[in-house]
Amino acid sequence: MTHAALINPLRVRQDFSLLAPTEGGARLVYLDSAATSQKPNAVLEAMDDYYRCANANVHRGVYRLAQEATERFEDGRRAVAELVAAPLAGTIFTKNATEAINLVAWAWGLRTLRPNDVVMVTEMEHHSGIVPWQIVAKMTGAEVRFAPITPDGELDHEWIDHTLASAPVRMVSIVHVSNVLGTVNPVADIVARAHAHGALVLVDASQSVPHMPVSFAGIGCDFMAFTGHKMLGPTGIGVLVGRPEILDGMEPFLGGGEMIADVRTDGSDWADLPNKFEAGTPPIAESVGLGAACIYLSSLGLDAVRAHEVHLTTYALDALSEIDGLRIFGPRDPARRGGALSFHLPDLHPHDIAQLVDEDNVCVRAGHHCAKPLMRALGVNATARASTYIYNDTDDIDALVTALHRARAYFAR
Amino acid sequence: MPGLDDLYQQLILDHYRRPRHRGTLSEPTIEVDQQNPLCGDELHITVRIVDDQITEIAHAGEGCSISQSSASMMSDAVVGHSVADALAMIEHFRRVMHGEIVADETILGDAIALEGVAKYPVRIKCALLSWMALKDGLINGTPTAQEDQ
Ligand SMILES: Cc1ncc(COP(=O)(O)O)c(C=O)c1O
Repeated sequence: MTHAALINPLRVRQDFSLLAPTEGGARLVYLDSAATSQKPNAVLEAMDDYYRCANANVHRGVYRLAQEATERFEDGRRAVAELVAAPLAGTIFTKNATEAINLVAWAWGLRTLRPNDVVMVTEMEHHSGIVPWQIVAKMTGAEVRFAPITPDGELDHEWIDHTLASAPVRMVSIVHVSNVLGTVNPVADIVARAHAHGALVLVDASQSVPHMPVSFAGIGCDFMAFTGHKMLGPTGIGVLVGRPEILDGMEPFLGGGEMIADVRTDGSDWADLPNKFEAGTPPIAESVGLGAACIYLSSLGLDAVRAHEVHLTTYALDALSEIDGLRIFGPRDPARRGGALSFHLPDLHPHDIAQLVDEDNVCVRAGHHCAKPLMRALGVNATARASTYIYNDTDDIDALVTALHRARAYFAR
Repeated sequence: MPGLDDLYQQLILDHYRRPRHRGTLSEPTIEVDQQNPLCGDELHITVRIVDDQITEIAHAGEGCSISQSSASMMSDAVVGHSVADALAMIEHFRRVMHGEIVADETILGDAIALEGVAKYPVRIKCALLSWMALKDGLINGTPTAQEDQ
């Protein structure tokens, strides 16, 4: 496949009905894609067409309609696996990234962790990468330890190496790209170091898969979680990729239909991968939509998507730095960070910022971003966060900067 | 920003910039911590009660203009009143925020300026935070779990 070298956001925007200008010419400046992305028409049409033309329950159906539904559903899985270089048998659909991490915590952690074993997470984890481990640690007597962050928003790698060498670390659960700081963690490197000490690694790729080329095989981790709605796909579908040899040795997470080979009154046998971990009717239309999203992303080219992100982030870091007193969290080097930009103004609370810039049709998020341990480490209760994607351009950053100036002036009135 | 003037009235910005009763009382009768789970904002309220009268109140913590100004206005409103009066004011304010009744300035004082918040559902929690914290404190002496929003 040939890729256009660069993203043309104006061209991309034509694929997103929600981003079209209104009749009065106003348009939405959507800077909250780290929370959820907008959806291109290709995704909406694929899901609509599935419901209109191919809707049936999947698997076991003998009639042709059910076969068609099954094919479209499994095509979605193939597209996802291809996008991230994952083994098809290890590509499991969940409800979202949160459920994917819970699946590992419960199906692997609960049966594997012993008292005093250590699960290493980081201070920059999303709550979904913390709370499942805390729950399972409480049940098993294992301990959750948090890798600290440095003042510039990177992980403290010395602490990680020291802990790997000195503590019985069984699992390292780590975010690839921080949804608050934007930090891109060197996950392949961390995997090699963790494996050398016998620990497994789960990578939370929720903020990386939508924005850059990500290879499960290349990272070498044991599990990888991400979520459909942040990568142009629908809500209601997430992905857990696992190494099949590990998944094979695990007991199921949820029980029910679809995940069995045989059910008897004296016990049951499990289906083969990936169905063993997909109890009940799966998210069928969502798989179709996510597959369409993967194809859309591949046609843009994830190298181009990432290049566009670096371009916008470079521009945004410069533009925001010009604002008097504005503090930006996370790495200053655009090559070392993703497109989530959290910032703080001394005289405007994040809530007020988000409320005020909304008057100018600028959507930014305010709050703790489901990362309260990180907020504590940064010494704030909340930040404002602007995050970009393929449909944003430098005009959107300018609109944010203008809106921030207006917000300030309004509050000083 | 015309649409916003209802929300951010001059009086709100004034209480935000110059909060009244800010700080922490030593050896208070009642002490309450409350968090806004939506944004992580924290509030610490201390109250002195003598003969069933609120003689002193102070608020500390961090928050947006709405939650901070609301804490300031609430403190102004309840100080010097009996516990029963304060609880009645809190109930009046809660119902105003939920759009159930029209605000009465003789009851609320400056807090009447918060009436416009009722039109911004996500911010109602911010405005109610300190009032619900005080209610918890007056009823229980300590914070209860999630209060009515
Ligand atoms: C880094 C990270 N991990 C996990 C999640 C959770 O995603 P979901 O809510 O779709 O499970 C998010 C989303 O906010 C995220 O940013």
